[in-house]
Amino acid sequence: MSFISRGFHGRRDDNVDPKRVPPGQYVTHDFPVLSAGPTPHTPLEEWTFSIVNGQERKTWTWDELRALPSEDVTVDIHCVTRWSKLDTAWRGVSVDTLLDEVEHDSPYVLAFSDGGYTTNLPIEDVSNGKAWVAFGYDGEPLDPEHGGPARLLVPHLYFWKSAKWVRGLELRDEDEPGFWETYGYHSYGDPWREQRYAGD
Amino acid sequence: MARAAVRGRLTWQIANVADAVDETARVRTLVLDVPDWTGHAAGQHLDVRLTAEDGYRAERSYSIASAPGEPVAITVERLDDGEVSPYLTEELRAGDELELRGPIGGYFVWEPEDGGPLLLVAGGSGIAPLRAILRHRGRTGSDVPVRLLCSSRTLPDVIYRAELDEPAPGVEVVQTLTREQPAGWTGYARRVDAALIGEVAWPAGENPLALVCGPTSFVETVADDLVGLGYPAPRVKTERFGATGGR
Repeated sequence: MSFISRGFHGRRDDNVDPKRVPPGQYVTHDFPVLSAGPTPHTPLEEWTFSIVNGQERKTWTWDELRALPSEDVTVDIHCVTRWSKLDTAWRGVSVDTLLDEVEHDSPYVLAFSDGGYTTNLPIEDVSNGKAWVAFGYDGEPLDPEHGGPARLLVPHLYFWKSAKWVRGLELRDEDEPGFWETYGYHSYGDPWREQRYAGD
Repeated sequence: MARAAVRGRLTWQIANVADAVDETARVRTLVLDVPDWTGHAAGQHLDVRLTAEDGYRAERSYSIASAPGEPVAITVERLDDGEVSPYLTEELRAGDELELRGPIGGYFVWEPEDGGPLLLVAGGSGIAPLRAILRHRGRTGSDVPVRLLCSSRTLPDVIYRAELDEPAPGVEVVQTLTREQPAGWTGYARRVDAALIGEVAWPAGENPLALVCGPTSFVETVADDLVGLGYPAPRVKTERFGATGGR
């Protein structure tokens, strides 16, 4: 704690409430992109969303998902690469609405996406109004480079947990690390506890 | 798959700045003496943490620009509206201390056994992790064929220019200058587009591996073009940074 960077003064943003910015983060007004490969472009007529529970699979087409009740959500988001973006406006279906269709008592989910991306979450972190399958951003359809046609939105965790191009949730009895978690990122990823990497 | 995963807990440590090398007018390489460095893979990054006297802190990630086994180095582009990059490129000097932890990331990496042919595509300072890969190839004696496509604004903006002017055997360097070209310039003279990628990229039938690093829009274009040429998505690894003062 005693280390001081000689000659560093920083540039505090007086327009930002520091209580809304987790440790190590800075507020951006852009919407940066982080992904490990090319952006997938699955046509909507081929797109589905599934909840996989062992051998069972409940699947929604794009039209069926869009016919479910959806809600507007305004939240702050925090990327592990250190940008935070405040008051982002999304539209999506609550994950509760989807899980209600499936009988289960699984403690974990593994979200899976086009392109092979996965990320692991405790079921309680995608339940009780904490997570959405989001297809709208700022009043527009969600751009492919930001995860469209639909991404998971789990704003209370680092944003890699909000899987882009999400195609479903696999219910799991065991917590299995997803893509970035396998490469040393934290299994849970709470930005307020600065859980960036394994061991944080 | 988890070959280069982080081992154990990553702790902050104090490095010494051994050297500060100006690469261009806006880009500086910091060579760091890190006493407890556990080694890194070519393509990984590290985190830097700056602390002001009143305890205010700012953290950023930077790609490691040196090969495994070489002194740790990062190459930083000064963003005029940035908070950390002006400090790293203008204030910090040899003999100063810098707090960091790493290495981090294990996907955007290359080892000789990953093979090739290898297509490396760099937009601006996105060349840093690709230079680590090129040097790693050289130091390990790999003969994997490499094409490096490097996009810069002007000739004086080309990072590692002397190094790129004398590539190792088996490495082809192709440059494009997007804003201004000197008289007699024989490289490309436009932003990277599908036709340019089509001319430079290894044919998809050779099962190439592509690593693309640069600003978001650049990476998005190149990755889409490579998929359009028949590269399977898992053979196109990307690393992006926003133009927000983030890196």
